[in-house]
Amino acid sequence: MQKIGVFVCWCGSNIAGTVDVGRVVEAVRQEPGVAFAADYQYMCSDSGQNLIKSAVKEHGLTGIVVCSCSPRMHEATFKKTAAAAGLNPYMVEIANIREHCSWIHKNMEEATEKAIVLARAAIAKVLKDAPLTSGTTEVTKRALVIGGGIAGIQTALDIAEAGFAVDIVEKQPTIGGRMAQLDKTFPTLDCSACILTPKMVDAGANENIELFTYSEVESVKGFVGNFTVTIRKKARSVRADLCTGCGECTEKCPSRKTKNEFNMGMDTRGAIYIPYAQAVPKIAVIDREHCLHFKTGKCGLCERTCSAKAIDFAQEDELVTRNYGAIVMATGFQMIDPSGFGEFGYGKSKDVLTSLEFERLMNAAGPTGGHLVCPSDGRHPKHIVFIQCVGSRDTSGCGKPYCSKICCMYTAKHAILVRDKYPDVSVTVFYIDVRTPGKNFDEFYRRAVEEYGVQYVKGMVGKVTREGGRLKVQGSDLLNDRQLHLEADMVVLAAAIEPDPTARSVASMLTASIDTNGFMTEAHPKLRPVESPTAGVFLSGVCQGPKDIPETVAQASACAAKVIGLLCKQKLVNNACVASSDPLLCNGCSSCEKVCPYGAITYEERELNDKGVRRTARVAVVNEAVCQGCGACTVACPSGAMDLKGFTNQQIMAEVDAICR
Amino acid sequence: MRELTNAICARAKELLQSGAAGRVLGWAPGEFFYDPTPGVFSEGRLNELVYDGFTAANLSKYCIAESQKEGKVLVLLKPCDSYSLAQLVKEHRVKRENIYALGIPCEGKLDMRKARAKGVEGALSFREEDGQVVFETLYGEVRLAREELLLERCLCCRGREYAGVDETLEYALPELPKRDRFQKVAALEEQTAQERYAFWRGELSKCIRCNACRNVCPACSCVQCVFDNPQSGVAAKANSTEFEESLFHIIRAWHVAGRCTDCGECSRVCPQSIPLHLLNRKFIKDVNELYGEYQAGADPAARPPLVNYTPEDPEPSAVLERGRA
Repeated sequence: MQKIGVFVCWCGSNIAGTVDVGRVVEAVRQEPGVAFAADYQYMCSDSGQNLIKSAVKEHGLTGIVVCSCSPRMHEATFKKTAAAAGLNPYMVEIANIREHCSWIHKNMEEATEKAIVLARAAIAKVLKDAPLTSGTTEVTKRALVIGGGIAGIQTALDIAEAGFAVDIVEKQPTIGGRMAQLDKTFPTLDCSACILTPKMVDAGANENIELFTYSEVESVKGFVGNFTVTIRKKARSVRADLCTGCGECTEKCPSRKTKNEFNMGMDTRGAIYIPYAQAVPKIAVIDREHCLHFKTGKCGLCERTCSAKAIDFAQEDELVTRNYGAIVMATGFQMIDPSGFGEFGYGKSKDVLTSLEFERLMNAAGPTGGHLVCPSDGRHPKHIVFIQCVGSRDTSGCGKPYCSKICCMYTAKHAILVRDKYPDVSVTVFYIDVRTPGKNFDEFYRRAVEEYGVQYVKGMVGKVTREGGRLKVQGSDLLNDRQLHLEADMVVLAAAIEPDPTARSVASMLTASIDTNGFMTEAHPKLRPVESPTAGVFLSGVCQGPKDIPETVAQASACAAKVIGLLCKQKLVNNACVASSDPLLCNGCSSCEKVCPYGAITYEERELNDKGVRRTARVAVVNEAVCQGCGACTVACPSGAMDLKGFTNQQIMAEVDAICR
Repeated sequence: MRELTNAICARAKELLQSGAAGRVLGWAPGEFFYDPTPGVFSEGRLNELVYDGFTAANLSKYCIAESQKEGKVLVLLKPCDSYSLAQLVKEHRVKRENIYALGIPCEGKLDMRKARAKGVEGALSFREEDGQVVFETLYGEVRLAREELLLERCLCCRGREYAGVDETLEYALPELPKRDRFQKVAALEEQTAQERYAFWRGELSKCIRCNACRNVCPACSCVQCVFDNPQSGVAAKANSTEFEESLFHIIRAWHVAGRCTDCGECSRVCPQSIPLHLLNRKFIKDVNELYGEYQAGADPAARPPLVNYTPEDPEPSAVLERGRA
């Protein structure tokens, strides 16, 4: 006979303000199996926990229901309390009467009714709880970082510094990411490459770091501490062990029509190329789509040119499978394509640029060698208009509802750089709001306005048209309540940033969740900002939300600290709620085996005693050390043979029954 | 038809004599001419084997038990039946090494209910002549066009391809009409939720819970059905509502979703003429639309979309969006 104790928490006024906790206690006392019920202001406090412990001892309780906040908050707390009182921690159920009840209701009568029903369901479940024990697993002392931008590099460097092996997978032929494309960085105006490339070199040279560039994650299996990842190393058609990075081949390559990604397609590169001078690793790569040899079977000039004999046209993709204890998402961002906003004329005139294109145009290694000229005809511009919030804070559906966060500051930077280098060029910035919350950020923006004479106009641009070789910009000046018609030579769009599209598929492989905008979701928005809700998966950089470089680096290091904390552990305690199969009900159909994301289910021929009848059958067997208790198998099983301890079909039915009673 | 039956028997005999199989799973005469019933034949009894317009029964499910026995069994499979066997093999329910599957041609099977509806009473026997079915009845001869008597499933015949058979018997037969099998489902989708509910409530309230649909269904092959297992809690639930039949049939449709080959046996055997296949077709249509065309049993290597995951899968919100549309 079970003796259940029910403990109803007020959570100050969080619960008690909307739920009549006294009535909940009275109601649950009538429930079968309930031997004790009490309410308390803060059940999670020491005295609240002591109340539970003493009730267990005094009334000989066999199970506990705590009606409180979400189990994500305090389930662990109350499990520990139960264990301290000598109960099995799996004899504890939480009825969430805060997030699921008091916080979302206003009417006390209704909320109280609902709280009673939720408590009843938890009591019905705890009556069918059975004590469970957890096993332990080892932790693989190696981390994987997906993405080799500044976020990934910083996380990897910090993990490596702590003495753990770490691999970086980067889809581009070089690490460096977006930051490598930037010219100067706000608010100090130091050169982006100058501060990034030492870190790239460090990452390349660190003996604990292995780089997988021009590579992608093919598949992920396993769970925290024990991931198995297959990485596809795409064929470079150049042998990494022989290539010296001399660049001879890239100069000889006769195919010159491919858009250069590094310069945002504003100039061209050969089919064999090294993305840029400071690339790490500095190894050439053949873009097979555009290579004459791969297209026609002829050419082969690079092969004849290469003195190191590094060209290998027959090279194939290579699959590498490795085990990791932790995985870091650092997949970064891209800029949205602003051609969806027809009013700005992007794509119609070459002189309408995105800010990232403008960044390349200003850079000494860019398509113009750093000379600011109009891309359409190479003339020196007289007036440049910057438009902010292109696709950001846009609820019309064309753009993104969020603030891209970095645009106000880089636009101020662009304006200052232009005015500093070319005092004859006038600059106008159209803005909705100027947001500068950061160390020395507002001062920087004020300098743009006050020292460099940049014209800031509050308002949005409605139309950009081409007229007589120049651009005509029509925008509203809200502060002076008038329409402006400006002539400009260039228009620069601060287009919204969005998560890199690869994040979605990688997140799916990791079963890590993403929000409606495609950013990775944190385990808790305030308290666990660098962990994903999927154990063992961590978040670094813009994949989690828009950030500038200092924030990215700070988060990258925080993420590394979390990874190091995990890798330092000798053993991880497993979830005791694992699946098990009833061999007498098992059809042997393999549905569960197919849906198991952890490879925890195998099949074997077994001789069964089926109510006195002997038969051999192919039945499912769960490896409890590998099972993570996700429950996918129990849903896939057509016969109900598969069940999840702690969440049995019977328990769930009992909960539903209690709710529907 | 007699000629085809003879060809089947001749080939079966050869196979038995060659040792490819020890017995034949086919159709034996039933109580009436229109209900031939599955039967197992030794070589000596092959002359009793029936194959005519009414041998509609899908023999695949019988292979579960037959394949557990000693020796190999030769099973006769019409094209649509072969998918059911292939699906069962895929689910490891049939020991394929104990089966020799002979694909036999089919020109569509007949529905006695349609004949009765057209006034055939007191029928004693039937024969087929030039696209017509001739019934000998107590009240004389009745002639009806064959096409008018075809089973619902044969009106949307999926064609003459076989899945996973060991050999096929070639025999020229006239083509069958090809209709869109999702027409009725699409019409139901057009209705409001209330109309659909009324439709299904009307149909399912005819159910007498005889379990014929479950027992005949090749996808319903669980060692123990959840409805027969008091531990599952499902059986009791189905009984605790005034409209228990809907629970039974909807749960059953969910259980076979993604595995149903659309063989149509459920509707054929239903003594109350409930169009049960529509529930399964709704699932098939949804699966096809959401995950791309999928035919259960067609490809032994294909992962069934409902127990598979690809990054291209629609987001769960697709369900909501479809609900709104």
